[in-house]
Amino acid sequence: MSGGANTLTVAAARDALRKRELSAVDLTMACLTAMDAGDDLNAFVHKTPEIALAQARAADTRLAAGAAPDLCGIPLGIKDLFCTKGVPSQAASNILRGFRPEYESTVTSQLFAAGAVMLGKLNMDEFAMGSSNETSCYGDVVNPWRRTGEDTALTPGGSSGGSASAVAADLCLAATGTDTGGSIRQPAAFTGIVGIKPTYGRVSRWGIVAFASSLDQAGPMTKTVRDAALLLGAMAGHDPKDSTSADLPVPDFEAALTGDIRGKTIGIPKEYRMDGMPAEIEALWANGTAMLKDAGATIVDISLPHTKYALPAYYVIAPAEASSNLARYDGVRFGHRAKLAQGDGITEMYEKTRAEGFGKEVQRRVMIGTYVLSAGFYDAYYNRARRVRALIKRDFELAFAAGVDAILTPATPSSAFGLGEMANADPVEMYLNDVFTVTVNLAGLPGIAVPVGLDAKGLPLGLQLIGKPWAEAELLNHAYVLEQAAGFVAKAPKWW
Amino acid sequence: MSIDIETARRVAKLARIRVDEGDLPALAGELSGILQFMEQLNEVDVTGIEPMTSVTPMRLKRRADVVTDGNIQSAILKNAPDAREGFFAVPKVVE
Repeated sequence: MSGGANTLTVAAARDALRKRELSAVDLTMACLTAMDAGDDLNAFVHKTPEIALAQARAADTRLAAGAAPDLCGIPLGIKDLFCTKGVPSQAASNILRGFRPEYESTVTSQLFAAGAVMLGKLNMDEFAMGSSNETSCYGDVVNPWRRTGEDTALTPGGSSGGSASAVAADLCLAATGTDTGGSIRQPAAFTGIVGIKPTYGRVSRWGIVAFASSLDQAGPMTKTVRDAALLLGAMAGHDPKDSTSADLPVPDFEAALTGDIRGKTIGIPKEYRMDGMPAEIEALWANGTAMLKDAGATIVDISLPHTKYALPAYYVIAPAEASSNLARYDGVRFGHRAKLAQGDGITEMYEKTRAEGFGKEVQRRVMIGTYVLSAGFYDAYYNRARRVRALIKRDFELAFAAGVDAILTPATPSSAFGLGEMANADPVEMYLNDVFTVTVNLAGLPGIAVPVGLDAKGLPLGLQLIGKPWAEAELLNHAYVLEQAAGFVAKAPKWW
Repeated sequence: MSIDIETARRVAKLARIRVDEGDLPALAGELSGILQFMEQLNEVDVTGIEPMTSVTPMRLKRRADVVTDGNIQSAILKNAPDAREGFFAVPKVVE
């Protein structure tokens, strides 16, 4: 990286834009150039340079008038899961090919109202179902990071793999992601960036293609914790169009970054120390713990006894909700409709359309969800999983009630793996990627992944901090302390 | 619990996803593997625990039952694979 304007953080760009040392148009041009030069990463799948430049010109006018919001003139990438008016929004699925929403999601509306610039739509796993960005109808996303001395293409993680890759490679200043079981935090960890999943209800889900409605939350993916604070502030807030959105004031998240966590209590959950965990992850976790202790926090061992059951509970609940949400893709109102044979009726239309439009992993999850909700199994699977979910949430409540302010865990069980390496694996093996993140979705808590170091192969590794409900401000401050102490500044050497 | 071919066929039918006969054995195997993973949940004592419906204890907001928009027929039909005379068009449903 030559250090062009596209390599700036959001906070640095904001300051330069406000001082008029940089114009929003020049900043946007730098990102558009980087985006076009980054096609080998396959991160951007629908580019919107005309929209970007129009928004940048408007931002410059606003900046010249003074008192512009933090994100005024900041170029972003938007995950394909967000509906953007008039711009393809297909959740990386063939079933939504050609779909151009007639409306704008609440999150993108709020970002645009704050003056942000959209460079284009970002690749992802189909319907956000995947942990390696290999289920996309657009093809795999490539991680800008490579193992030292190798050119094997690695996964950026998933499902927000395009967002992670684009931010890590400086194609945009920041991006939106969504997280149902770890889809912001795992790719952030795999690419050495920051990703926060807010408390369930903090960010409106309206206009975001639904996967599992009781778990889905949108959040920012950024180069720094400060940038995450800035983006989250613009994305969050009550929305009458999402009945689960919380009617709570949005704090000034940036102002919360004091760097002072003296007297705070950090819990270290023993159940996250898994059999066969790589020694490097174990060492990273111990280092992170020491950093927070050095900053004046008290470290306590805690127990979250139902952790082990989070993944199986998740793989009942999420597919159940998905099978219901994805029933709308029937070839009638939008998206793909299969070519029908003579005499085919409406049932054949549904069945052929969905077989052609949905990829393998999506089909698998819709069918699992259908099964666990079907007569005779609803109680044995779905209701039992919802009971276990209540216990998982209670584990966290007990820890917080005992005085814990935040919980520190690894973000992922390994660094980024090679694209195709899991092709012959059992679907369950891929699901294990979310082992440290999925509990947070089930309990509805905020969680943030922060890059902390490189492994022996030269790949980024991250840690996760989990906060109390609605305590994103405090959580971001803990993450800020970890970020400052870790001093992670490495960038992927440019090969694309 | 393992899923046999007949169950896999039934699940595909319920999900309205066409699966070729030749692909059913592999599908049954995959679904069985995932269900086996879920069997772990049977180890948990859930006596007296209510199934969670909402992660945040909140009362869903209600709005007045009134028309809030309308006259957007063309926007609604815009993305339809087949729309005619202001309607979504589908293959014949009733003989």
